[in-house]
Amino acid sequence: MRRLISVLLENESGALSRVVGLFSQRGYNIESLTVAPTDDPTLSRMTIVTLGDERVIEQITKQLHKLVDVLKVSDITEGSHVEREIMLVKCRAATGEVRDELKRMSEIYRGQIVDATAELYTVQLVGTSDKLDAFLGTLSQLTELVEVVRSGVCGIARGERALHA
Amino acid sequence: MEMLSGAEMVVRALEDEGVEHIFGYPGGSVLDIYDALFENSKIEHVLVRHEQAAVHMADGYARSTGKVGAVLVTSGPGATNCITGIATAYMDSIPLVVLSGQVPTSLIGGDAFQEVDMIGISRPVVKHSFLCKTASEIPEAIKKAFYIAATGRPGPVVVDLPKDVQNPKEKFPYEYPKSVHMRSYNPSKTGHKGQIKRAVKMLAEAKQPVLYIGGGAVAANAAAQVQRLADLFSLPVTSTLMGLGAFPGTHSQFLGMLGMHGTYEANNAMHHADLILAVGARFDDRVTNHVAKFCPNAKLVHIDIDPASISKTVQVDVPIVGAADTVIEQMLEAVTELNLEIDNGQLADWWEQIEGWRARQCLEYAKSPSVIKPQQVIQSLYKATGGSAFVASDVGQHQMFAALYYPFAKPRQWINSGGLGTMGFGLPAAMGVQFAHPGAVVACVTGDGSIQMNIQELSTCLQYGIPVKIIALNNRALGMVKQWQKMFYGGRHSHSYMESLPDFVKLAESYGHVGIRVDDPAKLDEAMEYAFSLKDRLVFMDIAVDPDEHVYPMQIKFGGMNEMWLSKTERTQCDD
Repeated sequence: MRRLISVLLENESGALSRVVGLFSQRGYNIESLTVAPTDDPTLSRMTIVTLGDERVIEQITKQLHKLVDVLKVSDITEGSHVEREIMLVKCRAATGEVRDELKRMSEIYRGQIVDATAELYTVQLVGTSDKLDAFLGTLSQLTELVEVVRSGVCGIARGERALHA
Repeated sequence: MEMLSGAEMVVRALEDEGVEHIFGYPGGSVLDIYDALFENSKIEHVLVRHEQAAVHMADGYARSTGKVGAVLVTSGPGATNCITGIATAYMDSIPLVVLSGQVPTSLIGGDAFQEVDMIGISRPVVKHSFLCKTASEIPEAIKKAFYIAATGRPGPVVVDLPKDVQNPKEKFPYEYPKSVHMRSYNPSKTGHKGQIKRAVKMLAEAKQPVLYIGGGAVAANAAAQVQRLADLFSLPVTSTLMGLGAFPGTHSQFLGMLGMHGTYEANNAMHHADLILAVGARFDDRVTNHVAKFCPNAKLVHIDIDPASISKTVQVDVPIVGAADTVIEQMLEAVTELNLEIDNGQLADWWEQIEGWRARQCLEYAKSPSVIKPQQVIQSLYKATGGSAFVASDVGQHQMFAALYYPFAKPRQWINSGGLGTMGFGLPAAMGVQFAHPGAVVACVTGDGSIQMNIQELSTCLQYGIPVKIIALNNRALGMVKQWQKMFYGGRHSHSYMESLPDFVKLAESYGHVGIRVDDPAKLDEAMEYAFSLKDRLVFMDIAVDPDEHVYPMQIKFGGMNEMWLSKTERTQCDD
């Protein structure tokens, strides 16, 4: 079971290592982890994508909550939610044919070409992880992928549900 | 406002926190704090011989009093030597504050002399930790450290103090915070009312209930509440290794310890129960035996201050998050509120069944005229101390014998490393108990293996005149390892034999203590009484015990709770 867990925690040095340490120490899985300060700079918001059965997820949320730096924990996959990941792909674009096709593909996937040289295009794409995977699959058939960087998933619940301090 | 240096702030904050004893060892990066401590008359500093022992002493101090234990060590090796002690306290939820020196902030991360990332290395075994980067942070960090250590599910907290932050030449305004406010940490003691009502209704209806108590009942000082609940519902009570004493060991409703080396009656009562009320216990693997076969007919009600301990290993029916004392009070109130009729007569059949198991007398053992049995030593200790001593134990067979053969009357009387199982814990823990209770009778039950893991503290005992009585069950082997090798490894006793033991009597004497060697069963009681008559002396009793004795009962691996070896040749017949 893939789960998105949102964590609101004190924006203090060491807080991130406690979260990451918890996962490795207790043998939980991290698919991706994103973290950044919120509109309130004393707080950080984290989205963790993890895998596990119901009991494991329950333990993860309880153990996260037990960390002294953690204010709120929510499994946002329990309700409807929005999740996004950003990806930058640098790919070989040496011929006119490839360049044209790359441009078309980027448009279809609503991506943008954010850097271009004589040899290379860098495409930016935002979406769900599935969409990013699909785009990469298509691209890799078209040309050589030089470098891929993905942000990891960040997510938010739809509607009124929100994590507040 | 008073102006103090960082080093002075540390000492003053400890004073303001009411710390009377601190266990420690000086070194380069805490010299300023030690200098500030030099003329202090309010805090007694205990100079240990190894930092691990400092933490165990603070731990024994904390376990026996319920107060937060305090430790002060230097950076690098001073800090790393604390880790086993901190992990021991963490596993057993013992409140400690460990102050460690650190290299100056400008050198952190540069592989400086005696630098180690203490915050990082201790992270998996602390409840929380603080690194003070400026002197002004010290009062609040120490206040929070004590608060976090003592509240909620207690545990150890580390405060790392870089050398420059302690600088005696730079003074800052000092004020110790009166209270703590942390938006991310608000432990609650009271349980959910609805769940509590469900729980008492289930208790009133149960035909075969068992009250299963653990270390949480001790931590919450819930002995009185446990007793009232047990009385009201006429409940059979069993305890984990950590909970011993939270219900009187000699009480007729007490079935003894449960689990791997639990009694026949306790493990059978658990297995056949229709309702188990767990209070501050965590269904540890040393209790449940094979989880899939655990208590097949029982509904489970679980009271615990830590939500993460609930439904961790065993799914429970009624979870109640809260402190044991508060929640049981709430339960007793709910009984009145709901006008519950409690018919204790309905438990008559259940008690009859329990008495049947009890009649098996699983703790009986055959004495010998020529060799002392380890069980006999504990019984002799019980007699000599009238059952009222503090007993700190090391880890191994002797620990199980002490747990089974010394029925503890009161909580905090039994001091042992239950979760981590730390050999070397016993002597320093006993010393910590003695510092907290100067007039009390304190025994350290240990073995020839365990005692050698912190034996250097005999020197500390001499320095401070600590009259603990060391009861060493000497079987010239690592008894528990040897027992497992005999039972599960075809008797291949790989490296479990101690070939070159010191002469413990001479060793004790060389540290200025009294040593006594006992090997004649007929002289055991007399020697024990003599040892305890030397009230102001440390006595090391080196007692030669039967090297082939095993701890029984012992649960059979992958079985239910009721599947046990009762002796080397007898095992239970299981009806299901």
